[in-house]
Amino acid sequence: MKYLDEYRDRDQAHQWITRIQRLASRRWVLMEVCGGQTHSLLKYGIESALKDDIELVHGPGCPVCVTPIGVLDQAQELARQPDITLCSFGDMLRVPGSTSSLLQTRAQGGTVKMVYSPLEAVSFAEQHPERQVVFFAVGFETTTPATALAVLQAHQLCLKNFSLLVHHVRVQPAMEAIMQLPEVRVQAFLAAGHVCTVMGYDTYASFVEKYQVPVVVTGFEPLDLLAGIHECIRQLESGNAQTSNQYPRSVRLEGNLSARQLIDQVYEVNDQEWRGLGEIPESGYRLRAKWEQFNAGKRFGMMPAKVQNDASLCQAGEVLSGQMRPTECPSFGKACTPETPMGAPMVSSEGACAAYYRYRLPIIT
Amino acid sequence: MAHPAWLLNCPVSVSAQSDCVTLAHGEGGRLMRRLLDQIVHPSLGCTLPFADAAILQPAGNRLAFSTDSYVVSPIFFPGGDIGSLAVYGTCNDLAVSGAIPRWLSLSLILEEGLPIAVLEKVLHSIAQTTAECQVQIITGDTKVVPHGEADGIFLNTTGIGELMEPVPPGAESLQEGDVLITSGHIGRHGIAILAAREQLDFHPAPSSDGALLLPAISALRTGIGSEVRAMRDATRGGITAVLHEWAIASQKTLFVDESCIPIDAVTRSACELLGLEPLHLACEGTMLMAVSAQHAEEAVSILRKVEISRHAAIIGRVESRAVTPVIIRRTLGREQSLDEPSGSPLPRIC
Repeated sequence: MKYLDEYRDRDQAHQWITRIQRLASRRWVLMEVCGGQTHSLLKYGIESALKDDIELVHGPGCPVCVTPIGVLDQAQELARQPDITLCSFGDMLRVPGSTSSLLQTRAQGGTVKMVYSPLEAVSFAEQHPERQVVFFAVGFETTTPATALAVLQAHQLCLKNFSLLVHHVRVQPAMEAIMQLPEVRVQAFLAAGHVCTVMGYDTYASFVEKYQVPVVVTGFEPLDLLAGIHECIRQLESGNAQTSNQYPRSVRLEGNLSARQLIDQVYEVNDQEWRGLGEIPESGYRLRAKWEQFNAGKRFGMMPAKVQNDASLCQAGEVLSGQMRPTECPSFGKACTPETPMGAPMVSSEGACAAYYRYRLPIIT
Repeated sequence: MAHPAWLLNCPVSVSAQSDCVTLAHGEGGRLMRRLLDQIVHPSLGCTLPFADAAILQPAGNRLAFSTDSYVVSPIFFPGGDIGSLAVYGTCNDLAVSGAIPRWLSLSLILEEGLPIAVLEKVLHSIAQTTAECQVQIITGDTKVVPHGEADGIFLNTTGIGELMEPVPPGAESLQEGDVLITSGHIGRHGIAILAAREQLDFHPAPSSDGALLLPAISALRTGIGSEVRAMRDATRGGITAVLHEWAIASQKTLFVDESCIPIDAVTRSACELLGLEPLHLACEGTMLMAVSAQHAEEAVSILRKVEISRHAAIIGRVESRAVTPVIIRRTLGREQSLDEPSGSPLPRIC
């Protein structure tokens, strides 16, 4: 299959692995920012093939994992209202809030509709004027332009029954927050290819200069990831940190200007709460005042989501900031499995813990 | 003669010529009889009404007995509909158990408001599929539930088949070294239903693999006789669910090689786009088989000569028991545990 098989070639992958092993004079610590990258690294065995040469730690780039419990509770509260249909991406449905998930809310009589695009929620609102339709707008800069477009379309259609519960997050402030941790060990970043497709990577120049860490824009296929890792190691070995693009078939320096413009038109930057990581300055988006009529919280008189610390033993914060590997968590694979998750990283299809669980090596007796 | 007054005052204000199903159609009176006589029985090609109990006269063989309910949404999808699915599904359950399907019961649960035209279309599909499968519907039932209490139409089919001796011994008999074979491309039905239900605009649209497996099974029996240890149609949970079921039954570890598992390009691209694992997606005309190692190549060669199993392939083997019940070798060569599917597959955010 074009654009897929050529990036999964077994021989080329092994050649890249050998090149990386030859290049690395010591064991470097790299963070892949995106949950999709974590899954590919585990699924294709790259993490284990390179484990003697590189420590790969897993970043905060799982949109499902970082949505706070208080916001999930709000989504469930909305879904329980008799005249509201809460629309959400599939990934969010299983994530536990303080007492239940959206799937459980639906089983108990709430109205939750899984959608593949925010525009599908707009269409649903147009077809069902008798219902209030709320789109649960979560995700990084990859999903933000589409939810901005939904707002503009709802405005154009003069819809009075469509609104958004917004918890969009920005990836670069999260990387900043990780670099400011006192115990930070990350020496280079594999930047999230999908986010850079939208936002470009010109903004990483000041970040690289400030922290002197390589930031290499990286895709999701095995050869993309290996090329990204190789470039990180090349920079680390030469002592010259730069921004580099190893995903040129998708990413341009300035990103997708139309998508960026859409974000700017509808959203403004705000401080945001992240599950497991706490509040990070300027790490999120909220609707601009001009679009407040689409703010579900305001429409339904909800107070701002209460910050709730994860009361369980889940150590998602440590995992999402690269301070702990999923397998180091005492609950991993015991009390915490995909069927009995204690936290979002074990639930989400992009969660680091789920990746380690799903792609663990067979244990032969 | 004028209609008697009581008929005009009947509280059930339903015309016998209604263009949709009403609750009165399920009340056992005239409307129900007309629905059965004018719509259900003729559509199914039955000359006589269904008996309360059908009398069977098997030719002396042992019988196999299977039942399944069909609640698929949407009712019509590329490659099939609920009617064909209800016939293929039960016939395939019998066929993979080593039986030739002979008789079916058909139970219809209809939602008030279902257009009669839709019912007719489903019945027509059932009639066509039963003819193709050479199976007879010999008894049935119809119920109507109030609007909102079902999803248009639900079907139940129960089937009886005559066993072809010797019967495949089943998953308990799997032996170390046995070879695992799939009869065709996997995951097609699951992705076709998802795309149709969610109106995902794929071009070309994924199409279900719904089909009768009996021709492939018969060819295999003729060719290699009792060397087939087990057969199973890979419906809900896909081939992963079957592999886990067999690993539990046999107390062996099943090993599969991802690069050998046939997946068509449409299914594969849709799964890549949505972040779904094709190994977990349902099939409706594809089965998994375990065959003795010395007859594996011959089995594949036989299967490939039959239209329904022309993409048959060896995908793995049975090994001695490890802690992990199912192991998969991924594309780049790494071996991993393959977990059982958990709940319905949910697409990722980005």
